[in-house]
Amino acid sequence: MPAKNLEPSNELPSVGITLRGGNLSFADKPIFKDLDLDLPAGRTTCLLGPSGVGKSSLLRLMAGISPEATARVLSADDGGTITGRIAYMDQRDLLLPWLNVLDNITLGARLRGEAADRHRAMALLRHVGLDDVATARPAALSGGMRQRAALARTLMEDQPVVLMDEPFSAVDALTRLRLQDLAAELLVGRTILLVTHDPLEALRLGHQILVLSGEPASLGPALEPESLPPRPADDPALHSLAAGILRELAG
Amino acid sequence: MPEAARQIIWRSLISFGGFLAVWQALVWITEVEPFILPGPLLVAKSLAGHLELIGGHAAITALEIVLGLLCGSGLGILSAISLSWFPNLRRWLLPILVVTQAIPVFALAPVLVLWLGYGLASKVMMASLIIFFPVTAAFLDGLRRTETGWLDLAHTMTAANPGAGRWAILRHIRIPAALPALASGLRVAAAVAPIGAVVGEWVGSSAGLGYLMLHANGRMQIDLLFAALFVLAAIAVAIYFTLDWLLRRLLPWQPDN
Repeated sequence: MPAKNLEPSNELPSVGITLRGGNLSFADKPIFKDLDLDLPAGRTTCLLGPSGVGKSSLLRLMAGISPEATARVLSADDGGTITGRIAYMDQRDLLLPWLNVLDNITLGARLRGEAADRHRAMALLRHVGLDDVATARPAALSGGMRQRAALARTLMEDQPVVLMDEPFSAVDALTRLRLQDLAAELLVGRTILLVTHDPLEALRLGHQILVLSGEPASLGPALEPESLPPRPADDPALHSLAAGILRELAG
Repeated sequence: MPEAARQIIWRSLISFGGFLAVWQALVWITEVEPFILPGPLLVAKSLAGHLELIGGHAAITALEIVLGLLCGSGLGILSAISLSWFPNLRRWLLPILVVTQAIPVFALAPVLVLWLGYGLASKVMMASLIIFFPVTAAFLDGLRRTETGWLDLAHTMTAANPGAGRWAILRHIRIPAALPALASGLRVAAAVAPIGAVVGEWVGSSAGLGYLMLHANGRMQIDLLFAALFVLAAIAVAIYFTLDWLLRRLLPWQPDN
């Protein structure tokens, strides 16, 4: 497997993202207010927090698909804008049921009126183990396979920033561990924000782990484990850290 | 042929045969006059005796139904796409469109005949008018109910050029996603199109099964009327199932398949 086919293109240097003054309220009740968040370039930032605290809204704000949330500053650290430099992955696979797997993962190019790089798409499918179902429709795939296809579609976008909203929450525990390893391997070098409700997932994959909590919500101090991700799932140190985070989340 | 399909066909044949048997038995027992209610045997005899006559009129009615379906569905599809693309148009036109549905289309038939004449055009227009609203409403509904997750994903993919992206999203996501809804509208259209064509023929025509039925009724040829009615029902059922089969072939991914 030629790895260079899968890594970010050379023209895609890592970019860090700066968010200042993030605001969101529902029915006059502030969910978060004047929130600041930095995503260091080429690093994975994991965001944890109780349900309804605004984690997904914060991610959607950065992805430019939240009509409700606003930010005073949302910029890349290379001075450019972040518009059009983001790949988004949802907890639902969002595969279009009328397209086969290959056409699904090349959707972005088709929407932009560009020619899809089918060789790269097939190489990606081989890497996520879906090359033999490239012409199958999503309905024929298992939940884990569908999420792998969604991961391949995210990689196919070849963007320096990847925003993932609980991407592995809808699959079983074993599939989740495998998907985490696969994502960590394939997304290395990109700037990632991963929203999750699973402390262990955050600890396996994150360079820095942040907890969003309170009313209105604010970010706690960043937890930065010494070792590099992906960390093994059976590491006892990880489990004791996860227990600590769970206690913090439970308040 | 799969076992389930064979069973459906057998069940339909048996229940249809049973219906004909009860009908014939009723006619024999009550000894009702043939010009009030002819038995199925007499109707079959009339059908066999007037095959050429009925066939000629049936071809015209079938043509009216198919052309009506094509025009009405085509206009319905175009207006649904326009109404979904231009929100202002939707705000201004949709209420009018809904109100026009309160007008019975049949009441317009005499005017259509006056404007378009006794020929094909007034019947095609009649069938189109009946079909137009169910197709527009079903397709528009489908276009407005696109899974928001798909749209969000597409917006992140086209963020650099949202103007061009809007058209691409309509073409590659919203229209395909709305096709099952359009298919429902087309099935309703196929079921009501024959009504439009026949009502058009009743009001003013010189050919077609509706004309033949009216003509036979006036001459007390009730067996011929029933024979024409039988052929009309057969055409309607054939058009419905052909369309249904076609839609299932074209949309194999839709949830009910």
